[in-house]
Amino acid sequence: MFTVPIKSLLSGNGTGTQTTAGGARLWRFHGGVHLPDEKALSNGEPAVDAPLPRQVMIPLQQHIGAPAQARVAVGDRVLKGQLIGEAQGYISAPVHASTSGVVSAIEPRPVPHPSGLRAPCVVIDTDGQDQWAELPAPITDFTAADAQTLRARVRASGIVGMGGASFPSNVKLNPGADQPIDTLVINGAECEPYITCDDLLMREHAADIVDGIRIMLHVLGAKRCLVGIEDNKPEAILAMRQAVAVAADRGDPGAALIRVVRIPTLYPSGGEKQLIKILTGKEVPSHGIPAQIGVVCQNVGTANAVADAVLRGRPLIERYVTVTGRAVAHPRNYRVPIGTPVADLIQASGGLQGQLEKLVIGGPMMGFRIDTEQLPLTKAANCILALTPGESPDPGDPLACIRCGRCAEVCPASLLPQQMYWHARAKDLDKVQDYNLFDCIECGCCAHVCPSHIPLVQYYRFAKTEVWAREREKRASEHARERHEAREARLERLERERKAKLRKKKEAIAPKAGAKPAGAKAGDGDAKKAAIEAARKRAAAKKAITSGAAGSAGADAAGADAAGGQG
Amino acid sequence: MATGFVSSPHSARINRVDWVMLQVCLALVPGTAALVGFFGWGVVINMALATVFAVTAEALVLLLRGRPVLPAIRDYSAVVTALLFALTVPPTLPWWLTLLGILFAIVIVKQLYGGIGYNPFNPAMAGYVFLLISYPVALTSWLPPHVPELLQAQDLATLSFMDSARLIFTGSLPPGLTWDAVTAATPLDQMRTLLDQGMTIPEIRQSPLWGSFGGRGWEWVGNWFLIGGLFLIWRRVITWHIPASFFAGLLAMAAAFWLLDPQTHPFPGFHLFSGGAILGAFFIATDPVTACTTRRGQLIYGAAIGALVFIIRTWGGYPDAVAFSVLLLNIAAPTIDRYTQPRVFGQRRRA
Repeated sequence: MFTVPIKSLLSGNGTGTQTTAGGARLWRFHGGVHLPDEKALSNGEPAVDAPLPRQVMIPLQQHIGAPAQARVAVGDRVLKGQLIGEAQGYISAPVHASTSGVVSAIEPRPVPHPSGLRAPCVVIDTDGQDQWAELPAPITDFTAADAQTLRARVRASGIVGMGGASFPSNVKLNPGADQPIDTLVINGAECEPYITCDDLLMREHAADIVDGIRIMLHVLGAKRCLVGIEDNKPEAILAMRQAVAVAADRGDPGAALIRVVRIPTLYPSGGEKQLIKILTGKEVPSHGIPAQIGVVCQNVGTANAVADAVLRGRPLIERYVTVTGRAVAHPRNYRVPIGTPVADLIQASGGLQGQLEKLVIGGPMMGFRIDTEQLPLTKAANCILALTPGESPDPGDPLACIRCGRCAEVCPASLLPQQMYWHARAKDLDKVQDYNLFDCIECGCCAHVCPSHIPLVQYYRFAKTEVWAREREKRASEHARERHEAREARLERLERERKAKLRKKKEAIAPKAGAKPAGAKAGDGDAKKAAIEAARKRAAAKKAITSGAAGSAGADAAGADAAGGQG
Repeated sequence: MATGFVSSPHSARINRVDWVMLQVCLALVPGTAALVGFFGWGVVINMALATVFAVTAEALVLLLRGRPVLPAIRDYSAVVTALLFALTVPPTLPWWLTLLGILFAIVIVKQLYGGIGYNPFNPAMAGYVFLLISYPVALTSWLPPHVPELLQAQDLATLSFMDSARLIFTGSLPPGLTWDAVTAATPLDQMRTLLDQGMTIPEIRQSPLWGSFGGRGWEWVGNWFLIGGLFLIWRRVITWHIPASFFAGLLAMAAAFWLLDPQTHPFPGFHLFSGGAILGAFFIATDPVTACTTRRGQLIYGAAIGALVFIIRTWGGYPDAVAFSVLLLNIAAPTIDRYTQPRVFGQRRRA
C-alpha cells in the first residue's frame, strides 16, 4: 500500500528555511517570535475518546453570524447527529446533538467567550447509549456531485472553520464566480505553543483530511492545494505526505494537486494571512479576504469534518481537543463530543495538580482566560490550557512605554503597535485607525516582547470595540435622520396632494354651485355632496390616501421616539 | 488565580525595562574602564555622584508628583542617564555642576514632561548642553590622556584618586600645580584651533598629540565603547540601524570634504574616533524614548545626526557636536516617524 519510501518523504524537503522545501518556494512575513513550543507535553500519546459526559451543553451560536434557532423542545429525546438548531440566514450554521439523550433545558448558560457572558444552549442529559440518528446519505462519488450539492451538505452538517474563527465553511467555499480560486491553502501550521490537536488529527486522520481537501478542491475548482505544516511536527508531515502519495497512487481525483509543505516554526505562521504569504508569496489585501487573491484557506480540522460530512453523512459533532499545561495531571488529546463541559475533560486528564495560575481556552498567545470549568467545548475550542504560575507569571503592573520599538519589530502585520497604543490609550479612535488598527490580528507578539509589560492587545481590543460601538451609533443616528427626512418629505407631499385635491374639488364644484362659497367648509361633507359620477373615483382615491397617511404618521411617531432614544 | 489581567497573551514576558537598562550599564563598562585608564578616577567619582543625584532627584520629583516612587527608581533609567552624563563631562567637573546638570536633566527634561517614555529630549544630553552653554570653561577643561610620552612632551601632570576627589569636591588643585599643568585641549579642540590658525593637516599631525586616527589615548576609548555597543546589538537592546547610519552619515560627509581638500579636512577616521562619536552612536542616539521608532526613520535619524556632527564640528561654534545633533534630531523624530511608516501587510503603499 505504501509505495513511496518513507525516507524519501522525509528527505524530499530541504531543511533550508526560506528558499526551497520539497521544491516549493517559501516566503517570509515580517516579524514573528520564536516561542518555546511545549508541544511534547501533550503529543506523546494517541488521542482517545473523551468519556461521555452526563450532560452536554450545546450553544446555539458556535460560529460567526446569526445564532441557530432551537428545533427541539425541553423533554424531547434526541439522537446523536440529530439537528437541534437550525441556521438562520446565509452566514449561520446549524448545530446537532453530539450524543443521544433528553433535552433538559434550553436556556442561557455561560459559554466560552472572552466576554464571559451567557448565551442560549440546548442542554442534553445523555443516556449513555450514544445512539445515532438517521443520517443523510453519503455522497461517496463526490466528483459526480455539483458544487451546490456539496456546499449544501457542508452547511447542513454545521461545519465552521475549526482553526478558531469558526466562520461557516460553506460560505468560504462559495467565493462567487467573480473570484476564481487558484489555490486552496490548508492550515496545519498549529503555531501556538502547547496545542497539539491538529498535530494528532493529522497523524491519525491524514487520509480523511486528504479526502476533505479533494472535496474542497472539487467544490472550488482550484488548481492546487498547499498544506502548510510547521517543521516541529515531523510525524504529521510524514503522515500527510504518505496519505497524499497513497491517494495519488490510487489515482484519486485531485490528489495530484496536493502538496504538503514544511514551513519553519515561527509564531504566528498559522495566522491565515501569514500562512498564505508564506506559501504563495501573496498578501491578502488590507480589509480584504483571501478569495480576492484567488486563495481559500481552511484548517485541517475543517477538511476532516468536510470528509466526514460528505463521505459519511456525519455532521460536525466531535472534535480533537488538547488538554495540557503543567497544572493538569495528564496532558493529552481527546476526541470530544461538542458540548462536553471543560470540567469533565479536566477530570478525564486526572484533574488539576499543583498551583493553577489560570485556565485558558485556546493557546497561550491568543486564547482567553475562563473563570469557571462549567463551560461547554464548542466547535472552535482546540485546547484547554491549565497554566501554572511558572508558565504564565503575572506580568505585574505595566510600566510606561519606553518606545523601544520591539513591538514593531515582531508585528506580523508590519504595524506600529506603540503608536496604536498611545492613541488607543488617549481614546483617539480616528488616529488609532489611521495606524491601521483593523489590520491587527491580535496575535500577542507585541505584548509578549514588551519590556514594560503593557497589555497591548487589550488596548487594541478595547479600541476596536469602541470603534464598532461608535459606528453602530453613527449608523443608528444616520438611519434615524434618514427616516426623519423621509417622514418630513412624505408629510409635505401629502399636504401638497391634499391641497391639490382640494383645489381640484373646488374647481369641480365651482361651475355647478356657483353661488356657494367653497372655502372653509370644504371637507368630507363637501366630498360626499360632490359625489357625482365624475368625482366618485377621486373620492375613493382620497379615502385610501388619508387612511394610509394616518397609519404611517403613527409609525413615524414611533420612529421619532426611537431615534430620540438613540440620539 | 491572579486577577485583573485578562487579555492574551498569557505567555511569560521575555523582556523587562530594568534588564534593558542594566544591560546598557553593563555595556558601558569597557569604555568606562578605558576612560578611567586614560583620564583617572575623576570619571568614576563623577559617575557615582551623578547616580546618587539622579536617583535622589527622581525620587523627590515622583514624591512631589504623587506617583509611585519605587517602580520608577527600579527601572534604572535614571542611573543610565546619570552614567551617560558623567561620561560626557570632564573628570574635573566640580560636584555642584554635576548636581546642576543632573537636576536639569532629571527634573526639567525628564520628569516635567511626564517621566520615562514621555521626554522629547535625551535627558543626559540636555543636561550636558545646559552646562556647556552656561559654564563653557568648566565643561571643556579636559585632562590630558595618560600617555607617558605625551605628558612628558607637554610637561603635564596627572591626578591621583585623592587629587581628583579634592578637585571635584573643593575645587582646589594639588599644591604646586596650576590648571595649565593638569588640563589639555581635546583633540577636536586642538584640531579646530590649529586649523583656524591656518595650519594644514600634515603640519598639525606632526604633534605628538596624534595617534593613528584621532588623538592619542582618546582614539582607544572609542574602541572600548564600540565593544559595549556591539554587545548591545548582540543582546538586541538596540538594533544596528541608528549606529550604522550615524557612522555612515558622519563618514560620508567627512570623506567627501576630505577628498575635496585633504589639507584642511582631517581623515574621516579622525571624526569617528574623536569626541563622542562612538559613545553617541551606540549609547546616546539610540535612546529609545527620544529616537525614531520606524526602521526607515531610524536610518534617516542616525544619518542626519552623523552629518550634523560633522557640520557642527567643522563650521560650528563648539568643538564637539554629538549632544547638539542628538537634541536637534530628537525634536525632529516624531515628524520623521510620521513620514516613514512601514507598509502595512496587505496594503500597497502607505502615505
